[in-house]
Amino acid sequence: MAGADRNAAGAMSTDDFIKGLWRENPVFVQVLGMCPVLAVTNSAINALAMGLATTFVLVLSNTLVATLRHFIPRQVRIATFILIIATFVTVVDYLIQAISLDLHRALGAFISLIVVNCLILGRAEAFASKNTVARSVLDGLGMGVGFTFALLCLGGAREIFGSGSLFGVSLFPAAYQPWIVMILPSGGFFTLALWLLLFNHFKLRRQARESVVPEVTR
Amino acid sequence: MQSASGQHNAAHPPVWPLYRALVGVGLVCGLLIVSVFVLTGPVIARNEAEALQRAVFQVLPGAVAKASFELGPDGSFHPADQGSAPQGTVHAGYDTDGHLVGVAIEAQGMGYQDTIRLLYGYAPQSQAIIGMEVLSSKETPGLGDKIEKDPAFRANFRALDVSIAADGRSLQRPVEAVKSGSKTLSSQIDGITGATISSKAIAAILRQSSAQWVPLVYRLQDELEGERKGEGQINGGG
Amino acid sequence: MNNDSLWTIFLNASLVNNFVLAYFLGICPFLGVSGKLATATRMGGAVCFVMLVSSVCAYGIHRLLVAIDAPYLQLISYIVVIASTVQLVEMFIKKMSPALFRALGIFLPLITTNCAILGLALFQTNKGYDLVQSIVYALGAGSGFTLALVLMAGIREKLELATVPDMVQGTALTLMIAGILSLAFMGFAGVGA
Repeated sequence: MAGADRNAAGAMSTDDFIKGLWRENPVFVQVLGMCPVLAVTNSAINALAMGLATTFVLVLSNTLVATLRHFIPRQVRIATFILIIATFVTVVDYLIQAISLDLHRALGAFISLIVVNCLILGRAEAFASKNTVARSVLDGLGMGVGFTFALLCLGGAREIFGSGSLFGVSLFPAAYQPWIVMILPSGGFFTLALWLLLFNHFKLRRQARESVVPEVTR
Repeated sequence: MQSASGQHNAAHPPVWPLYRALVGVGLVCGLLIVSVFVLTGPVIARNEAEALQRAVFQVLPGAVAKASFELGPDGSFHPADQGSAPQGTVHAGYDTDGHLVGVAIEAQGMGYQDTIRLLYGYAPQSQAIIGMEVLSSKETPGLGDKIEKDPAFRANFRALDVSIAADGRSLQRPVEAVKSGSKTLSSQIDGITGATISSKAIAAILRQSSAQWVPLVYRLQDELEGERKGEGQINGGG
Repeated sequence: MNNDSLWTIFLNASLVNNFVLAYFLGICPFLGVSGKLATATRMGGAVCFVMLVSSVCAYGIHRLLVAIDAPYLQLISYIVVIASTVQLVEMFIKKMSPALFRALGIFLPLITTNCAILGLALFQTNKGYDLVQSIVYALGAGSGFTLALVLMAGIREKLELATVPDMVQGTALTLMIAGILSLAFMGFAGVGA
């Protein structure tokens, strides 16, 4: 792809943003940052809030790391990345407390746990420390949106079946018996397993198709 | 400048850039955190005060104003400032005439799944608990979390008897939970079927906290009434 | 101050609210290291040790921050201490047992980003545990983590001999097993209450 070749020179391209949404989706493909994925997705609104908070931290830390990338020596880079990420996580923690105490209580310590989300450190190390600020912002946005999308898939599924509602809006008639297991921790494991199963199925099908018709398309 | 020292530094990289980077980044980060902290501080404090006030008015029906007190080392109540520890603080609620409706006390303890935090209102005039709100709990959804919403369970706390015994230092009958529907004394709590342990946990938390606070508040209730006149309208509208 | 008994705290941290199966902390090593029983036990042991040290340090830092009234530095100081502890443990293991060091490989530095350690520090601060309670909590959390890891490793080793559909292989299967384990651990709820 011509766009991919130009990227080597440091030019911006929409691929920086798009790859995070599907092809390199942090949760379904890279399987990174699993802890918050399972813990705070017992309702769609929690999932959305967590996804947005992570995106916020990801974009800002990518920005700062890319800005300072020539200034940080190799030996201390992990330590400085962690310092920067922890700073923005503290910032987002106070912002959420100021916006809504209820949301803060619902998400609990998992806001602070964004700092050990392998996704953010991974992007800082793999991308932001080697690319321009503009591209790092796009990368952060793409990965963040992809992450939020994955969280919403899980949170939505768990809330629909576990509480009979979506974003607090009741979907089923009152006689509906919710599947409590979906809100419980095991529900988180099962739901993610099923989503991964779906992804695997499509991946295997695409691989089978590509190995059968390589000559025709080229 | 670097070539000669570059040879020498192949084994030991220059230390100055390392310190410069760490300290520089540390300063930038510190500045960011402190600014956000200072900016959001007042907003967060206001949010917490509003949430507390809402909870206090819920457990003290009829209260329209509140004032917070903490137990001083001399064994009497002093007006508390906003940042005091919640464990040693009680919140007095006053009605429109300025009379003491009751005192809201926070308590916590182990539930079925995790810690339960609750706020209950004690009215010295009727010697009863007149309201209870669960502040935070992680009980099993659909079962244990009924302690928060079940109307029959919440009816237990409209007039839960916590009369003082003759010695003035303990309760006549400690709060206890009984099987649903078998409540005979007004100091008992009708448990929730299917959530026995959660119901017992609430009773245990109330039992322990009331044994500690109720005799104290009963003895010193005049102090709380008197302080209100000094406070004036400070906490009235807020 | 927290009134829970030490036994309750230990049981709660290891069984009732198991860090992996109930709180979803430490999923990355749980999915990654649980393939072989031997590696799982060693990882569990290393995590136990780091948890103990971090717990004590976190308690000290919390007291210090309260004294100087700088609560906003909590997260940064915790994570710095954890990273340093892991570094120390790495050097210690390298010196004491090079074989173990090689066996653990990349997983040792990865303990730094193990949510379980930071989660432990944050939870114990939120619950207001004193020093002894914190140590017991760390011991409970560490044993619970090791238990979950060892159980999963045992099951996965057995599964290697079984025929598994292509679609389910890999992480999806591990997650399903984790879900069943989590359901099983729910049976512990109420123990020690």
